[in-house]
Amino acid sequence: MAVTEAPRIVTSRLGYEDSHTLERYLATGGYEGLRKALSMSPEAVAAEVDAASLLGRGGAGFPAGRKWAMLRKAPTTYLVVNGDESEPATFKDHMLLERDPHQLVEGVVIAAYALGVSRAFIYVRGEFALGMERVQQALNDAYAHGAVGQDIFGSGFSVDVVVHPGAGAYICGEETALIESLEGKRGFPRIKPPYFPAAIGLYGEPTVVNNVETLSNLPWIILNTGAAFSALGEGRSTGTRLFALAGHVRNPGVHEIEMVKTTFRDLIYAPVLGGGILGGRELKAFIPGGVSAPWFGPEQLDLPLGQDEVGAAGSMLGSGSVVVMDESTCVVRAAWRITKFFWRESCGQCTPCREGSGWLEKILRRIEGGEGREDDIELLMDVCDNISPGVSWPPQQTTICVLGPSIPSSIASAIRMFRDDFLVHVKEGGCPHG
Amino acid sequence: MTRHLSAELLAAAKELIALYPNPRSALVPLCHLAQEQDGWLTPDAIEDIAELLDITPAEVLGTASFYDMLHTEEVGRYVIAICTNIACMLRGADDLLAHAEDHLGIRAGATTPDGMFTIEEAECLADCGRAPCVQVNHRFFGNLTPEGFDQLAADLRSGALESEVPPHGTLCRVRRSVGLEAGGH
Repeated sequence: MAVTEAPRIVTSRLGYEDSHTLERYLATGGYEGLRKALSMSPEAVAAEVDAASLLGRGGAGFPAGRKWAMLRKAPTTYLVVNGDESEPATFKDHMLLERDPHQLVEGVVIAAYALGVSRAFIYVRGEFALGMERVQQALNDAYAHGAVGQDIFGSGFSVDVVVHPGAGAYICGEETALIESLEGKRGFPRIKPPYFPAAIGLYGEPTVVNNVETLSNLPWIILNTGAAFSALGEGRSTGTRLFALAGHVRNPGVHEIEMVKTTFRDLIYAPVLGGGILGGRELKAFIPGGVSAPWFGPEQLDLPLGQDEVGAAGSMLGSGSVVVMDESTCVVRAAWRITKFFWRESCGQCTPCREGSGWLEKILRRIEGGEGREDDIELLMDVCDNISPGVSWPPQQTTICVLGPSIPSSIASAIRMFRDDFLVHVKEGGCPHG
Repeated sequence: MTRHLSAELLAAAKELIALYPNPRSALVPLCHLAQEQDGWLTPDAIEDIAELLDITPAEVLGTASFYDMLHTEEVGRYVIAICTNIACMLRGADDLLAHAEDHLGIRAGATTPDGMFTIEEAECLADCGRAPCVQVNHRFFGNLTPEGFDQLAADLRSGALESEVPPHGTLCRVRRSVGLEAGGH
């Protein structure tokens, strides 16, 4: 199988040192997609995106075209770009913001045109100082070039795009929390329904929230047609996608890969991709889609990188990040660190998440630290069951957002796959890995 | 009458507020501006921000205290955030953090007595391809070894990285060059 010859859709300029500049962007076909879009009707632009079957690249994987179709036409509507990339081990939007900000700006203006929106906000994760500077510079240059602002390229269409800085809070990646944050409040996710901000979004108005990578695909889709995009990949998972590979691999980094045609084995072991496990060691486990996802073992290596394929196997592609753990990994420590993250980032609105994450973190810390008890494994699963009854996949929802029910994923995986590792910690009074 | 923020920052603040349909949306951007002046979010700055947004100081603090990057207590000139989340943990971040604490003689969360460095244990900073990664005032330094950390601290101390790493609080050094053009709101 290995790696296909699919075109590079969102990473085509990364070979250039100056890929972030307007000069390089224009020299490599930049803003041609926008010019073409403006010569079409907004409905025709939306139809191309629908034909591409572009699934959202943020984590939930909802079809972008369907999200757009829900937008109620109202005098005031907003487009919000989710650039608050914070799911641990996910670092693809970080790269797109820094290395190809004009591609994002072009995608934003194309989307705004299709949606009939005259105000868009790009919410950039606060910690991305360079990314923010690059996007702001790109916007300044795009305004001067006539690609953003009033009467874009003489088409009569106008839209303002504003960069908005976050300030450090994982939960703001949840789209209703992001909207609260953009309104100048604490990043508390909103109670559902309504499930989508298309009904009640920013300032109570109809709003579409799209991820950075999702929108970065639009210039190519408009130039090459939605059909060309959906010809790549297979089934519901069309096009290419960015996979962020981290952990115990020789070549960690972001790779653009045709969906479904490539497997986890290819991603981790192909010389042009992950290059295999560090030091030639054996694989112990991997996380297929961000730390909210249940783990996989070596027996799942031949699964294709497709949303439905991974879903059917009991996990998710999620945010497109793959974390590789080799045979030397202490899975108790890994589960503890992930749980500590959720505990720190829980917004605190819902009891199961706020309290459950803290208790789980304490129990895992004492097992890792040598103070574990024999019934701690059962206790962990019991608390998990209180957060998300049945500890099933997809998880049962007991909280306002999906952060809470994501907490059991790593713990249940580690216990299910490596129960003996937990027992050894308890029996030997500490971590055998030191 | 705002008293604390400089005239230049006040002008920038007013331009920011004008970008939003509702002034309160500018709360976090204004907190970043205040940190640019003072290095942290001072009570005086909170008063000014409240006045600019026509809300109470408690509302500003109530929002600001939710966000890790907004510091309501003084921090060092350089805030060194060391990620220990899963991808960095697998690449030696725990040892790196312990080394940094030893080298600077403080624990995570504390500031050196000379006010130069604050260490923070950070959650994933989204630079996992270069794990273990560190941010200094939100500028990235990847693939950091203990020796690399010592060099980084020395370079920060000597001023060798002054152009790359502005003092803590300065986030985006590129200001928006235009106002709103599209109208319609």
